[in-house]
Amino acid sequence: MLAVSLRSATAILGRFPALAGVDLDVEVGETVLVSGPNGAGKSTLLRLLAGLVPLSTGEGRVFGNDLMLDRRVFRHDVAYLGHETLCYDDLTTAENLRFHARAAGKSSGLVDDVLERVGLGRLRGRCLRLLSAGQQRRLALGVVIIRDAPLLLLDEPHAGLDAAGRVLLDRIVTSAGADGRTVLMASHELDQARAVTGREVTMIGGQARGGVVARAGAPDLAVSR
Amino acid sequence: MRRLAAEVLLVAGKDLRIEMRSRVVLNQVLPFGGLVLLLFAFALDPDRGLLPRVAPGLFWTAVLLAALLAISRSFAIESAHGARDGLRLSALDPAAVFFGKALGIVTELLALEIPLASGMFVFYDLEGQGWGILVLSSLLATTGLACAGAVYGALAGGLDVRETLLPLLLLPVVAPVMLAATRSWEAALGGTTADAWPWIQVMTVFAVLYAALGALVYGPLLEET
Repeated sequence: MLAVSLRSATAILGRFPALAGVDLDVEVGETVLVSGPNGAGKSTLLRLLAGLVPLSTGEGRVFGNDLMLDRRVFRHDVAYLGHETLCYDDLTTAENLRFHARAAGKSSGLVDDVLERVGLGRLRGRCLRLLSAGQQRRLALGVVIIRDAPLLLLDEPHAGLDAAGRVLLDRIVTSAGADGRTVLMASHELDQARAVTGREVTMIGGQARGGVVARAGAPDLAVSR
Repeated sequence: MRRLAAEVLLVAGKDLRIEMRSRVVLNQVLPFGGLVLLLFAFALDPDRGLLPRVAPGLFWTAVLLAALLAISRSFAIESAHGARDGLRLSALDPAAVFFGKALGIVTELLALEIPLASGMFVFYDLEGQGWGILVLSSLLATTGLACAGAVYGALAGGLDVRETLLPLLLLPVVAPVMLAATRSWEAALGGTTADAWPWIQVMTVFAVLYAALGALVYGPLLEET
């Protein structure tokens, strides 16, 4: 079964076609690295799949839901890590996670566990505005975990994380793959990202070039499950 | 219905928690409203008889100007850290987001109106009568103001020019509510409570109209702005 299916998908931002005819299939349970230079459309691709950017032309489906018809239907199946935390300055780390859990219709009972998992257990009462950039990134990872979604869209997830944070991120991605979740990760940290993804799609000029490149030696998480 | 109510309380609770922690309404908006009433009092001081007669209009002008700040603040918190994307990605019903934002604004404005009205009664030397009409008018006018504010706040909230655009959009729309609230207060303070009922009907219709409109259009508003 396909988690993501795009055919000649375009997305216009302003007057600029950020995606100019993308063809992409991702099977459920696959872990895919989306690589490419700045401005190639990696972030727009992930935002399109999160339903945050409208599909202008072409066809697009996420878990079978048509991106053209209603972008809201499948959002509870998506956890998105963008360039920002999606959190509130004046809420504590625990309050932010609790809000996201409840807003996603999930249990908020796991807040403390998730905070421990992302290394913010001691900062559960600290407001977002008082966190460092790296700690804010960890909180954003916490939001991804607590949404407990079958599709993870991670945009530059390594950015701002220290060495321990990167190890934590790798564990989260590997564990998501082992749980049967689908992961699309856009990254410039290619060595680190390739180590935890099964295949690679390269975006150039708003298009997915080179199709899907399977890498020898990379852990094929979809198969290993 | 129960889920909708829970989601409304979740959004309103989040906004009020942020306000309690940041104290923007308490430390900035309330003094601003008090300053408006004080300046009008100084301007009209030579004519001691005029001040009680124009007090209702001055009060609702102060509330309206303070409401612009409170509404702007309510949507500014969604702009930071991509929180608006977080709301869109959540599984929250857009109508629940609308009613939650409106409920938060109503609560903040009522908390603002109580000290403002108390100060006005003391310093403008007003006679306390028609309390029921005063309270009912305040509740209806505040609800209408908050519902319209939540609609136009969301419309302007996604744009870079929201601070200047919001008053342009909102002031003409809420003029009937402000007029009705002023006339209703005049009738109550003047001892002719029967004259207040037509204005109360106007405020009721406006509040119901904008509550229904907001519930209908909030989904597209969140998506497209």
